Order: sequence, then structure tokens, then C-alpha cells
Amino acid sequence: MGLNEKPLSTLHEKASYDLADFEVPTGREEAWRFTPLSRLKGLHNGEAASSEAVGHVRVDVDAAPEVTVETVGRDDARVGKSFVPGDRVSAQAWNSFEKATVITVPREAVTSKHTVLTLTGSGDGAAYGHIVVKVEPLAEAVIVLDHKGSAVYADNIEFIVGDGANLKVVSLQDWDDDAVHVSHHHAQLAKDATFRSFVVTFGGDLVRLSPSVSYTAPGGDADLSGVYFVDAGQHLEHRLLVDHSQPNCKSNVDYRGALQGQDAHAVWIGDVIIRVEAEGTDTYELNRNLILTDGARADSVPNLEILTGEVAGAGHASASGRLDDEHTFYLQARGIPYDEARRLVVRGFLGQLIEKIQIEEIRERVFGALEAELAR
Amino acid sequence: MSTLEIRDLQVAVEDKEILRGVNLTVKSGETHAIMGPNGSGKSTLAYAIAGHPKYTITGGQVLLDGADLLELSVDERARAGLFLAMQYPVEVPGVSVSNFLRSAVTAVRGEAPKLREFAKDLKNGMDALSIDPAFAQRNLNEGFSGGEKKRHEILQMELLKPKIAVLDETDSGLDVDALRVVSEGINRFRASGETGVLLITHYTRILRYVKPDFVHVFAGGRIVEAGGPELADKLESEGYEQYTKASA
Ligand SMILES: Nc1ncnc2c1ncn2[C@@H]1O[C@H](COP(=O)(O)OP(=O)(O)O)[C@@H](O)[C@H]1O
Ligand SMILES: [Mg+2]
Repeated sequence: MGLNEKPLSTLHEKASYDLADFEVPTGREEAWRFTPLSRLKGLHNGEAASSEAVGHVRVDVDAAPEVTVETVGRDDARVGKSFVPGDRVSAQAWNSFEKATVITVPREAVTSKHTVLTLTGSGDGAAYGHIVVKVEPLAEAVIVLDHKGSAVYADNIEFIVGDGANLKVVSLQDWDDDAVHVSHHHAQLAKDATFRSFVVTFGGDLVRLSPSVSYTAPGGDADLSGVYFVDAGQHLEHRLLVDHSQPNCKSNVDYRGALQGQDAHAVWIGDVIIRVEAEGTDTYELNRNLILTDGARADSVPNLEILTGEVAGAGHASASGRLDDEHTFYLQARGIPYDEARRLVVRGFLGQLIEKIQIEEIRERVFGALEAELAR
Repeated sequence: MSTLEIRDLQVAVEDKEILRGVNLTVKSGETHAIMGPNGSGKSTLAYAIAGHPKYTITGGQVLLDGADLLELSVDERARAGLFLAMQYPVEVPGVSVSNFLRSAVTAVRGEAPKLREFAKDLKNGMDALSIDPAFAQRNLNEGFSGGEKKRHEILQMELLKPKIAVLDETDSGLDVDALRVVSEGINRFRASGETGVLLITHYTRILRYVKPDFVHVFAGGRIVEAGGPELADKLESEGYEQYTKASA
């Protein structure tokens, strides 16, 4: 068996809260082979944690009135319940964070506005974080995570979605150019829970974001979307894992990116496991990359492992390619200059996803950021 | 008053010679029909004039009012007054018809149209071509039927008001009702007398609705016979066989 064929279902065997259980990655491991370790600023090998330099990521919360926001210590019983770190940096973040933010949406509460967590980075050294968003049964909430500033930041975020609850999350990685961010987003879906995640990664020198989904009962429905725009020198990596271990759950993954400039590097890993007991699973995952210039590279690896014979639907697709000549020709043949034609096509390609963001001000901000990238 | 002059045009696709010396002059107020069998090079002529990157000009000239079109980029040619209604309009995901049309009209006119005026022009244009107004919000050509795509090409022509329009098999794949609607659009467009039309077709059927002034028979990458409307009648009864034999 080659590296690629290692069964997904064995990936969790390594999960642990203990940092010592994870060897320092060398870059040869399947999980690390795409990531430029030398640019992680020591998040992966303990150097950042033992360094004198300190970094901060301040968390400001503008909350809906229906939710409670608490800052708690490491020993709080609600922290770390829905997931176990699955790699070295996640375990480092788990071992190094000092305070966690816990957002609770009470049972049956329907929030009257979205709750915004602004995470602002500063300082020279590394910072670590932990956030728990707990949506109790039948409650509905919208959460925005807005990452900005400069940081070397590793964190874990737990989204715990209760029976019949509905959580929508938008996570904006709008970092300054020099930021390094390694993050795990884990969503745990209870019976008939709905989870919508929208990830937007435009900023940072290196961003490695690993959204995962698990189900604790039937009827869960997860939709994970993402857009990224990779400029010269940036490494933007998204690693998705959906673990179908319960019957009759759904998942849909759609990530799209555009790349331009020398050494712009996008990585997308889409792992979906349908376990023996997950009969009636309906899943689809898609990744598309539009490569706008020479020198940019997209690695896109969908993995679908089906262990049951009874699926409702299971598919994946991945396509990376250049701007289509036929598209630009058609627009130019109507008088539209090449640059404008290119802008329209890229905006269209990513815009079809961006339109899914329901918060107008965020949607407009993402479109604005896209226009700014295209104007570079 | 405009003139499109095609002089001894030679075009290759992937090193294969397709057009072998095409000569044709189209003036405003005139409608020229180009008729020829499949594979004779009609679309190659249309695309080469418009500047599609796949076609290499190996000889000859194309002038619009004396200016060398072949020196211009695709969009510059369109802004100079050339329009190509495509045989197979391309689907462009995520770009809405209204956004596309507004961008095109802005580019060709050199300034953004007043929003209300544009909305009115668009509505009138769509009504005249029996296009459902909901199409304005659809993605460009995505999921359009063959007939819807062709009507949409004519809508663009009417909005952009080119000096010379090249229509590549706009009639193919249309049922009789759609053919009538599309033909009326072409006739409205040429009624001003200020535009020239180069109507490329495989069949004589559309010529019953859009009367040509000149008919050219295209075979083997060049014009092999030219005449008036009566030539279309001859093709109707005799077909292309004599020409394909001669050019083979
Ligand atoms: N992209 C292409 N690559 C290779 N050959 C082509 C291409 N486009 C056209 N041809 C060839 O050029 C010739 C003329 O094609 P075309 O101009 O489409 O003819 P028509 O429009 O008259 O049917 C045909 O032999 C066709 O096979
Ligand atoms: Mg053709």
C-alpha cells in the first residue's frame, strides 16, 4: 500500500491529548507532506512553545443577546469533550492554551443576530487558543470567526451541535501577510443537527485549516464550503475530514480556490469515511482550483472510503485548471477587455459559492476582498 | 457607412490549412449569405475574423473601414464594430446575463449606460425576442436550450449595434417559431441600413425570412461561386454536391 492508500479509517488511531504521543513531523508523513514545515515557526516541534518570544491573539466577542459567553480555564468540564487532537500541532495547541472561550446557545433559543468573535493577533511569538461553541437542542445560531492581524497561532475549535439544532459558521482567515495559522475545527453533530460552515482564506503566509465532522446519532447534515485566493508565496491548506459513523447522515463539501503568482500553493485534502454502520449516508465532495498564472500550484486530493454497501449517494470530484480560453474569448468578443473578462470569470467561479454566505455585510466584504485580490 | 474587406485570407488550425484565400467585401446596408457544406471552413472564417486564439492567420488581410482588424485584440475588434453570433455560444458559470450585458454595452459604448435606460432596452430587447425576463438573472448560456442561446446572441447584437455582424449558423437547431423570432431580430437590426450582415448558413430555410443581397458558395476553404439570391434557389434544388466534388 502506498502513502495514499492508507485507510482513512485508521487515521484516528493516533488521537491523543498527550503531546508526547506525537512525533515531531519530518515532512514525510502523509499528513504533513504538503506543508512547508520550515515556515511553521516552530509550532510543530516545540520550539515555539519554549521560546522567550510571546504572541497574543485577543478574542473579542460581539454576541447575540440570547447566547452566553464565558472565558474559562483549562479545567472547565466543557472543554475538550467533543474531540481528541489528531496531530502534533493540534496537541500542542491543546497543551498550551491558557483560557478558552465558551459560547453557549441555550436550548430552543433562536439568536436574533449573528455572534462575531474577532481574533486579533499581535506580538512576536506563538499563541494558542481554544474555543467551544455549544448549541443546545433545537437552538439556532450564526457564528462569525474573524481572524486578523499578525500571529503565529495554533488553535482548536469545537462546534457541538445538539439534537435538532442548527449552527452556521463563517470563518474568515483575513490575516496579515506574515501570519502563520494552524487550526482544527471540529463539528460534532447530534441527532438531526444541521451544521453549515463557510471558510474564507485569503490572508496569511501559511494557513493550515483542518475542518472535521463527526456524528453521534442519525439525521445529521453537514455542509462545508470554502473559498481561498492564493497569492505569490502563500501556502493555504485545507484538510477536510468527514467521518460518517451513524446511519442516514449527510455531508456536502465544496471548496474552490483561485491562485496567482510565483509559488502560490493551495492544498486541499478531502477525506470522507463511510463506516460499516453508516447506512443511508449521502455525501458529495468537490474541490476546484483556477490557476491564473504560471508558478502557482494546486494539490487536490479527494479520498472517499466506503465500508458499507448501503449508501444513498457518495461521490467526489476534483478539478484544477487554467482559466478557460473559450470563456474569455466569448466575453472579449463582446468588447469586454481581457482583464475585465478574467475578473468576471473568476468572480463568477468563486461567487457562486460566496453567494451562499447569508450575512450580507460578510458576503459583501468577501466580494470586496476578492476584487482587491483580482486588482493586484 | 462601413466596409468589411476580407482579402485573400488564409487560416490554419493546428498547422492544418483550412481557409485557402477568401475574398469578400461587406458594406453596410448589405446582407451576404455564405452557404456551404459542413467542414468547408465557414466557422473558421467567422472565428478568424473575430480573433479566436486557436486560429492562425497565415496570409491575407481583414480591414474594417480601412483599419487592419488582424492587428487588434478580440475585444478591440468588437469595440471597433465587429460582432460574431456564435454557432455554439459558450456557457460561463457564475456570470449573470444582466451583468455580462451591462459590461459588454459599457465596453462597446465607452461609458456605462444609464441604469434605467439599460433596463428598458434590455426588457424591450428580450420581449421582442420572446426571451423570458428571468433569463437576465441566469448564468450566461448555462442550461439554455439551443434556441435560447441563439436568441440570446441576437439580443446581444441588437444591444451592441455593431457595424458588421457575422452570424454563424444562427438558424441551425431552431424550430420554425424560433427561426421566425430570430429572423425578425436580424431584420430589425438591418432595417437601419447602417449595418452589414454576413449570414453563414448550411440551409436555405432562413433565407426565406432574411433576404440576402448576395449569396456565396463556400467549399474547401474558399468561395467557389457568387451570385444573387437566385443562387440560393439553385443550391436548394441541386445541393452542394457539385462543389464538394470540385474542391476535393
Ligand atoms: N479546433 C480545430 N482543430 C482541428 N481542426 C479543426 C478545428 N476547427 C475546425 N477544424 C477543421 O477545420 C475544417 C473546417 O471547420 P469549420 O470551419 O468548423 O467548418 P464549417 O463551419 O463550415 O462546418 C474542418 O475540417 C474541421 O475539422
Ligand atoms: Mg460551422
